Amino acid sequence: MDNPARTTILRLMTTDTTYDSDILVIGGGLNGSCMALAAAQGGLTVTVIDTLSGETRADPAFDGRSYALAVTSQRMLAALNLWQGLADHAQPMQQIKVTDGRVGDSAAFLGLSFDAAEMADGPMGYMVEDRHLRAALLDALAATPGITHRTSATVVAQSTDTTGACVTLSTGETLRARLLIGADGRQSGTATRAGIRRTGWTYRQSALVCAIAHEKPHNGIAHQLFLPPGPLAILPLTENRSAIVWTETTDMAQRINALPEEDYLKVLRPRFGDFLGAISLAGARYTYPLGLTLANALTAPRLALVGDAAHGVHPIAGQGLNAGLRDIAALAHVLTHAIRRGEDFASPQVLDRYAAWRRFDTATLALATDVFNRLFSNDNPLLRGLRDLGMRMVNATPDMRRAVMREAAGLSGDLPDLMRG
Amino acid sequence: MTTNTVDPSEIAKFTAMAAEWWDPNGKFKPLHMLNPCRLDYITRQIAAEYDRDLAASMPFEGLRILDIGCGGGLLCEPMARLGATVVGVDAAERNIPVAQAHAAQSGLTIDYRFTTAEALAATGESFDVVLNMEVVEHVADPLGYLTACQQLLKPGGLHICSTLNRNAKSFAMAIVGAEHIMRWLPKGTHEWSKFITPDELFDLLGRAGLDPVDRKGFQFNPLTWGWKISDRDLSVNYVTTALKPT
Repeated sequence: MDNPARTTILRLMTTDTTYDSDILVIGGGLNGSCMALAAAQGGLTVTVIDTLSGETRADPAFDGRSYALAVTSQRMLAALNLWQGLADHAQPMQQIKVTDGRVGDSAAFLGLSFDAAEMADGPMGYMVEDRHLRAALLDALAATPGITHRTSATVVAQSTDTTGACVTLSTGETLRARLLIGADGRQSGTATRAGIRRTGWTYRQSALVCAIAHEKPHNGIAHQLFLPPGPLAILPLTENRSAIVWTETTDMAQRINALPEEDYLKVLRPRFGDFLGAISLAGARYTYPLGLTLANALTAPRLALVGDAAHGVHPIAGQGLNAGLRDIAALAHVLTHAIRRGEDFASPQVLDRYAAWRRFDTATLALATDVFNRLFSNDNPLLRGLRDLGMRMVNATPDMRRAVMREAAGLSGDLPDLMRG
Repeated sequence: MTTNTVDPSEIAKFTAMAAEWWDPNGKFKPLHMLNPCRLDYITRQIAAEYDRDLAASMPFEGLRILDIGCGGGLLCEPMARLGATVVGVDAAERNIPVAQAHAAQSGLTIDYRFTTAEALAATGESFDVVLNMEVVEHVADPLGYLTACQQLLKPGGLHICSTLNRNAKSFAMAIVGAEHIMRWLPKGTHEWSKFITPDELFDLLGRAGLDPVDRKGFQFNPLTWGWKISDRDLSVNYVTTALKPT
């Protein structure tokens, strides 16, 4: 049986099959951390490479940032054992009211209302502050045996071959794994280094983001107001606080953001009226230029992209993090099932399944948010008429309302294991 | 038959051929499309019979598995990765170094041999599981072949056999569709008259000394462009499980 030629082949053919971990996740933000936890739950070892320091990640001060989690995202955090630590800090959204209006008269002009009571799956979603989510993820990364969290580490080079991927850190250290996952945001260096180009554009609009404290309770109601300069969302946080996301032209947004606190509030108040009583700022203020950026491919040999690295969408419907979590759940599902079949989980045939699953969703989400924004950021009387008609039609039809709600809650489509609940 | 003398200078050629076998969009694309579905069936049957947990690491440790008609190793490698001791045999000599080259690349130890089921049975070797996937429709004497498969099993061993049904639909799908229209397979890959109906296969398995216990369809969905396991639709591709009596 032992013939010399065969032995020669085996010796010459054997490539480097020793790995520092099964997976290298580049990016230590929310997407990167969730990806690591989901992969570790599937039995894989993971190294997370994070450019930020542990202290920066762990900063407990409220910085004004928060996320609207879809029902499926909440289920996923529960499946990753993160929810029990977050539930006390999460504000359920019981109702979403959509209003098309003009600055000054908007609050009185209610067009469309979605109520969680109409949907059998509980609240429409949850608002969670970034600081709580970050803290829960950091604790979980540290507590999971299969995960190594490398902070203050920067990738300067990467390469892939037929059996694995290798990255070089700025310290000169190299790390090898079977699969590289890029979770490093809209300007993903992982994608760039792999030669994956991006398609996208900017809107010459920026989002202004802040948190406010208000006098009257919000009763768990989220408001989406469509104003001519752009949409404004009022999203309920715990206690008498809400997160505000509003859109203006980039010039205007920068001017508003530079105003002293009292003047900033003077600009904000007339945009949604006085139904919450007196308001004050409850955290820092931010502006984000709006733009759409899609990676032209979600995978390359031994590489996959998740989150904003795959698709940075207009944050109009708060779908950025939810879309990222869907990527992660889908990729974890595909990898876990491949492992149980004995497949090479990082092979092109396995990664293709992830790309095929997410490609359609990603493109439709990008298109829908883009069209939505163009349609609503407009004061053309004809468009206003059409919008009002459309909203009344949806409002008058319970089936249509439920369909829109299930879509926003992330319950439509083929759900990965982690989101089934 | 195992004295295949391989010139090391041919390694590049074998590597290229292995890459071809394993290219999901290459010559063996239909096999790669079907493979996850076949593996789901195989792994679940083995796990159920030998009481293994597929979520555990190396669940098939301690099992000896034989894959007949191993080709480039599309089934052998997953079985080895799950911890089984794997022997892959192929009657086409050129496949052996190709499969060896790829296993080495994957860091897996698999015993590939240029031989046939009948010749191997004559040596008296035995296995816990015999995988007999998409082979029986190509052999001249199905009963003799299945009898050899039976002899290769330990008492209580598991025999998984997939093939193509014989009816108008399988003719349209496997020969007209796959070979002539889609060109997924070279023309002449299949001889429709050699296709076997599930009842005929159950009968043959019984006559070969095996107890057939399960049959399922592999159903192609043109909308998702993928395969799934079907309880009812055995009209084209199907799979069976049989046990060797203890």
